[in-house]
Amino acid sequence: MAPPTNRRPGFSRKAQYGLFATYVLAIAGAIFAVLLLIISIADPAGFAGLRKIGTEITAPASRIADSIRRSIGGMTNNMSAYLDASKKNAALEKRVQRQHTRLLKARAIEIENARLRGLLGLVETEADKVAIGRLISSSSTSSRRLATLSIGSNYNLQKSQVVVGPSGLIGRIVEVGPTTARVLLISDADNVVPVMRGNDGQPAFATGLGNGLVVIRPLDLGVNPFKPGDVIVTSGNGGIYRPNMPVAVVLKKTVDGAIGRPLAHPAATPYALVIKEYLPEATAAQIVNEELAKQSEKSE
Amino acid sequence: MKTPKRSLKTLKAPLKHLPIRPARTYESRLNREQSTTRVRLVPILTVMLGSMLTTIPLITQEPILPPFGLLMFLAWRLMRPGIWPAWIGLPLGLFDDLFSGQPFGSSGLIWSVLMITAEIIDSYARWRDHWQDWLIATAMIISALFAGLVFAGWAYKPTGVSVLLPQILLSIMCYPLVVRLCSLLDGWRLAK
Repeated sequence: MAPPTNRRPGFSRKAQYGLFATYVLAIAGAIFAVLLLIISIADPAGFAGLRKIGTEITAPASRIADSIRRSIGGMTNNMSAYLDASKKNAALEKRVQRQHTRLLKARAIEIENARLRGLLGLVETEADKVAIGRLISSSSTSSRRLATLSIGSNYNLQKSQVVVGPSGLIGRIVEVGPTTARVLLISDADNVVPVMRGNDGQPAFATGLGNGLVVIRPLDLGVNPFKPGDVIVTSGNGGIYRPNMPVAVVLKKTVDGAIGRPLAHPAATPYALVIKEYLPEATAAQIVNEELAKQSEKSE
Repeated sequence: MKTPKRSLKTLKAPLKHLPIRPARTYESRLNREQSTTRVRLVPILTVMLGSMLTTIPLITQEPILPPFGLLMFLAWRLMRPGIWPAWIGLPLGLFDDLFSGQPFGSSGLIWSVLMITAEIIDSYARWRDHWQDWLIATAMIISALFAGLVFAGWAYKPTGVSVLLPQILLSIMCYPLVVRLCSLLDGWRLAK
């Protein structure tokens, strides 16, 4: 590129002042941006309204592109399935025969399980479903890990409700717009999930690393019992996340904890289930008691 | 300037082998003006579209997608100095903030500073070719992405720096492609 021929816009005073004014404006603009940044650092939810408008505007395009991607993916799957149908058929028949005996065994175990559960009085409560949506995009240029959900307050979504995929926890809702919602993924550094080891209930915290992995830190200092392959589930401590939802699997041990890979891959999740935030029974009972106390005060 | 009047006969003769829109037959083919709206709006709209590209249904576990808004912005500015007034970084940056998931105002600040830096570089440089533009853009991309990480870290929990490396590499490699795209658009924008 040749250098700009003439940086001084001629002898016209007006033009010279005009150019000078643009530089002054540029610096003023930078200072204004600093102020905005300070406001949004002090109050991260402050400009949520503006951002919601942004996501709402682009949501239709995201939805269409997402459905195209899904249908193309489905097409290729169907075609490849058709091509090796005969081979698959033979393999499947063999497998069916092999698994028939296992199935019988499993049924027996199931019955036994139900009986034992009845004995223990462990009745699994049906999760309070709010709605089912799809993840349509994510903040793929920023170091923050946020995803956009295809439904919003039109399906009664609220802040801090929990988003779960078929294979595990995805994250929680941080902003709700009219037809979209923003989900803070568990791989974000800001998202702390109280967890425990699946088999022995060793308590820990899972925090995102921002690169798709989570770091798991045990609550007990000096004890680092994690091994690669351990399954980490939510513990339900502190509310929001209900217990026993699969979170991650341990990849490797570190000095003070472990690195894990989330079990639910947000990109490969066909549907995302939104469930109400979990209130531990004690808290719920407390709320009920407080309400009762208020009512009795009123009646007196 | 007025085009000399020609009779239809003389006009049609040379047009036989020229593929021209029929409507253009009677338009002046000399001294045509570019459309001012197109000249002004194409760069701004393409940068805004680049910022909105984050909404494509690509759900990534780490920040891997190059910031196309920033790349477009740098490409236009370095390819055509003087295309924008120096304050344009603020409005375009704030628009980018609406979509990127960064704290609001971070791109507004970064892009303003980049615009002022570009003005300063222009006042020193005598002659630049594409390689120097690429080098300047590389420095700007790296500092912009790092600044974005730092600002996001102040507002929320900080993440490790290594997260950025793939994105930085990809962005630097993408820059020449974006410049090609911008120069194509530039040809169309300035066509008479």
